[in-house]
Amino acid sequence: MASNADSQSTRDPIVQIRGLRYFRGSRPIFDGVDIDITRGKLTAIMGPSGTGKTTLLRLIGGQLRPDAGSIIVDGERVEKLDHKGLYQLRKRMGMLFQNGALLTDINVFDNVAFPLREHTRLPESMIRDLVLMKLQAVGLRGAHKLMPSELSGGMSRRVALARAISLDPMMIMYDEPFTGQDPISMGVLVSLLKRLNDALNLTSVLVSHDVKETLSITDYAYVISEGKVVEHGTAEAIKNSKSEWVHQFIHGESDGPVPFHYSAPELMDDLMHGD
Amino acid sequence: MLDALQRLGSASITTLERLGRGHLFLLHVLTGIPGLVRRLGLVVYQIYSVGVLSLLIIGVAGLFVGMVLALQGYNTLVDFGAEESLGVLVALSLVRELGPVVASLLFAGRAGSALTAEIGLMKATEQLSALEMMAVDPLHRIVAPRFLAGFIALPLLAALFSAVGVLGAHFVGVGLLGVDEGAFWSQMQAKIDLHEDVYNGVIKSLVFGVVCTWIALFQGYDAVPTSEGVSGATTRTVVHSALAVLGLDFVLTALMFGE
Repeated sequence: MASNADSQSTRDPIVQIRGLRYFRGSRPIFDGVDIDITRGKLTAIMGPSGTGKTTLLRLIGGQLRPDAGSIIVDGERVEKLDHKGLYQLRKRMGMLFQNGALLTDINVFDNVAFPLREHTRLPESMIRDLVLMKLQAVGLRGAHKLMPSELSGGMSRRVALARAISLDPMMIMYDEPFTGQDPISMGVLVSLLKRLNDALNLTSVLVSHDVKETLSITDYAYVISEGKVVEHGTAEAIKNSKSEWVHQFIHGESDGPVPFHYSAPELMDDLMHGD
Repeated sequence: MLDALQRLGSASITTLERLGRGHLFLLHVLTGIPGLVRRLGLVVYQIYSVGVLSLLIIGVAGLFVGMVLALQGYNTLVDFGAEESLGVLVALSLVRELGPVVASLLFAGRAGSALTAEIGLMKATEQLSALEMMAVDPLHRIVAPRFLAGFIALPLLAALFSAVGVLGAHFVGVGLLGVDEGAFWSQMQAKIDLHEDVYNGVIKSLVFGVVCTWIALFQGYDAVPTSEGVSGATTRTVVHSALAVLGLDFVLTALMFGE
């Protein structure tokens, strides 16, 4: 019975994207994308730089409106929500930006306390306890008096993570959390993401092109390229994909379906004749 | 020919779009003002930031403008034996025109550019996006307190500019050039009308306060989120504010005194 209920909940996606089309100018960023994010799981969206992975998170968060298609988050059509509805929905989501996006004029403690002070009427003593607990979860309780400018990149992201979970959201979106991290902070972030997802029963959406780290923790992954989903499945399925393009992307090969050379006339012609 | 027409059309549409966005931005910010009653702390901090920190430049500029006015005015008036009207000349010039206008120009350079750079950088570092995703409206939480602070601070700064200017003129006129002190003050008191002169000056500075702060905040909020974008927006803030203040000053003067 329990397992039945379990499979029921996994069939109910928290985010359901159907036929998503989004254009920037006349250039299609998404051209008919279908994605399901399962409740309680860690789902990765992977793809080369410039494929609009961050744009996808902004579409899910309602910061951008799609040109066609539907985005349903927790039963609500994001693109149809008004300002108030959208802000209500966002209280149930957390988002971790690429560089943390901490407010630079207040310290770590106040950054983590910020959503609590804005959205709740909790007494200051309780806010203090909650903030310290969230900071403890990301291992930075000792840094609560530092200013954002005194933090390393990895620490900023962990503080931003504590801030993102301060209202206990149902879902958290990570925008390239591993980019530009040294191996130690990378390891810390990778294990932190996984532990938080499991311990808090969160749903996580992870956008990244750090293939190895992402596939090591993800439950399900989508690979996007040129506006379409080119592959999706579990980490194993992605690794064993038959698509040459996915193979090149996953293994980081310099030549393949994505050529090493940007399209150009023959070298000899170029050298002899020029422009 | 067609190309030129197309470019003209495209530039016009871009400008109109920007103007429209600017007005929607202002409306959205204004809806956030009532909510600031519960957050006076935010407004007070911003008044400190745009107002108190501008005191030095406003004070020094006011002092020198007053001193120069006194010197120039004295040289002209003395030919007609009317140097005792120096106080009126200086006070009228300051209260009606130079106080609001020069204070606004300095405000745009000192506080407006800082507001644009701050908001632009918050946009570039995704802080504004992060606020939106935390279900906090950046226009209400970040922009509205700054807008209200500019609206409150500029008239005060303009008043201070005029007051310090009069003191500067007193120092030069009475102290150095030997104008009679009693005549200096009593003529000023008799000839300056509270409604006609002082209130109109205050109305001007309130209008300039709205315009300068609006331009500064909108330029920051609408900036392209890169270093060039923010630097361009900061420049535009100063240029647009200066032009808007001078243009509006003419219009307001014509409306107030142009009979």
